[in-house]
Amino acid sequence: MTVPSLAVEGLAFSYPDGHQALFGVDLRVERGERVAVLGPNGAGKTTLVLHLNGLLSGGVGSVCVAGLPVEPANYPEIRRRVGIVFQDPDDQLFMPTVRDDVAFGPANAGVRGEELDRRVLAALASVGMADFVDRPPHHLSFGQRRRVALATVLVMEPEILVLDEPSSNLDPASRRELADILRSLDVTVLMVTHDLPYALELCPRAVILSAGLVAADGPTSTLLADAPLMAAHRLELPFGFDPRHITPA
Amino acid sequence: MHRHSPVHRLPAEVKTVALVLFVLVVVFTPPRWFGAFAVYALLLVAVASLARIPARVIGPRMLIEVPFLLFAVLMPFFGTGDTVQVGGVTLYVSGLVAAWNILIKGTLGVFASILLAATTPARDLLMGLQRLRVPSLIVQIASFMLRYTFVVRDEMARMRLAREARGFQATGVRSWPVLAQTAGALFIRSYERGERVHLAMLSRGYDGRFPDLGGTVTVPRDWVRGLVLPACALMVAMTALALQR
Repeated sequence: MTVPSLAVEGLAFSYPDGHQALFGVDLRVERGERVAVLGPNGAGKTTLVLHLNGLLSGGVGSVCVAGLPVEPANYPEIRRRVGIVFQDPDDQLFMPTVRDDVAFGPANAGVRGEELDRRVLAALASVGMADFVDRPPHHLSFGQRRRVALATVLVMEPEILVLDEPSSNLDPASRRELADILRSLDVTVLMVTHDLPYALELCPRAVILSAGLVAADGPTSTLLADAPLMAAHRLELPFGFDPRHITPA
Repeated sequence: MHRHSPVHRLPAEVKTVALVLFVLVVVFTPPRWFGAFAVYALLLVAVASLARIPARVIGPRMLIEVPFLLFAVLMPFFGTGDTVQVGGVTLYVSGLVAAWNILIKGTLGVFASILLAATTPARDLLMGLQRLRVPSLIVQIASFMLRYTFVVRDEMARMRLAREARGFQATGVRSWPVLAQTAGALFIRSYERGERVHLAMLSRGYDGRFPDLGGTVTVPRDWVRGLVLPACALMVAMTALALQR
C-alpha cells in the first residue's frame, strides 16, 4: 500500500473554553485525490483544517502528511507540505506586493535569489496572475486575490492543497476560472465547502463532517443524491439542482 | 513607480541614511546663517530636477506641514528683548528668529522627505529599513500598516453604510455613543483579522522573522553617490562656520 497524502486517525479536540469540536475523526486521502469536506456550520471543518499543519494541536489522535507525523519538530516541513488557502484572501495576502507575498513561504524555507524569482513567477503563471507580480494586493479584484492566495501556497510545491470555502464570494466567471485552475493542478486537494455543486464539479469523493465526526464518506454524486442523509446533516442543494442529471468531473 | 533617474535607482537604505544626515546638518545650523539655508534649498532643488520630479507633485505634498507652522506664526508676538515694528504691529526679534527657525528647518525636512517618498516605493523603503538593521518588529508593523490601511478603511466605509442604511445620522454629542461602538467593533474586527493573518503566516513557515526577500544589492558606489547630498550640506555648514569667524 502506498503512503497516503493525508492520514487522520482518531482526531479529537476541545477548545480551551471546553467546547469540543472534534470527536474522533478518521480520514485517509490518497495521493492525487480530490476530496470535498462537506458539513453544516459548526461541524468542526475549520478545526480539522487547522490541525492539518499543526496550527491547532494538543488533542487526541494523530495526523500524518505523506507519512510524516504532524508534531512540533516537523512543523517547518509539514507547513511546506500542507498548503492551506484561507477563506479571506485579505488574511492570506499580508505583504506589500504580490511578488513578496508569493515569495514569503519559500523564503522562509531558505530559497533565495534567481531560484526564488523563478518559483514565484511559475506559481503566479499557473494561476494566470503573472502580469500582476508587482501590484499591491489591494489593487486586485476579489477573484484575483483568491488566485494569488492560491499561488502563495502552490509556490511551496505542497503535497496536499487544503482549500477553505474556495468559491465563497466569487462571481460565476471567477468561480469557473478557479475550477479550471484547480483541475489543471497535479496535486492532492482537500476542499472544505458549502458549495455542493462546486464539490460535485471538482471532487469525485466527498466526506460529510457533522458534529465533529465523519458521518459519511463516498462518491460525491452518491452522497448528494442521498436525500435523507443530506437532510440529516443540514446539507441542501440549490433550488433546481439535481446531482443525478450531472456527469461528475 | 518608474525607475527612470539616478535618484530613483539608488537603494532605499542609502537614500534613507542620506535623508537623515542631511536633516541633521540642517537642524544643527544656527537659524541666522541665512545663506546656508538658501544653499540647502538649492541642493534639494537640484536633487528634484535630477529625479525629474515636477513642482506640481512636490507643492501639494508640502501642505502637510501647515498645521505645524501655525504654532510658529504665533511666536513673534510673544517674547522678551528687542522688538521691531512691522506695519504698526510690535514683533519680538527673538520670536521672529524662532519662527524662522521652525519654518525653514521644517520646510527643508519635509521637502527632503517628499523627495525620498517620491523616488522610492514604500515596499523598498521597508526593505531598506530592514537592511539598516532597524528592529524587525518595527519593520513588520510598518509593513502591516501599509498593507492593511486600505482593508481597514474599506471595513470602516462598510460599517458607515450599514449605520446610515438604518437611518443613523451623526448629529452632535448624542450620536457619539454609536460612533464609539463602531470604533470598538472595528477594533475587535481588526484584532480578529490580526489573529487570522498570524495563522496564515504560520502556515507558510513564519518563525518570527521576516525573510530577506533580496532585491538590489547595495554596492559601495551607491553609498558614495547617495552621500553626495549630505556631504555638500556639511560643506556648506562648514563654510558658513568659517565665514562667521
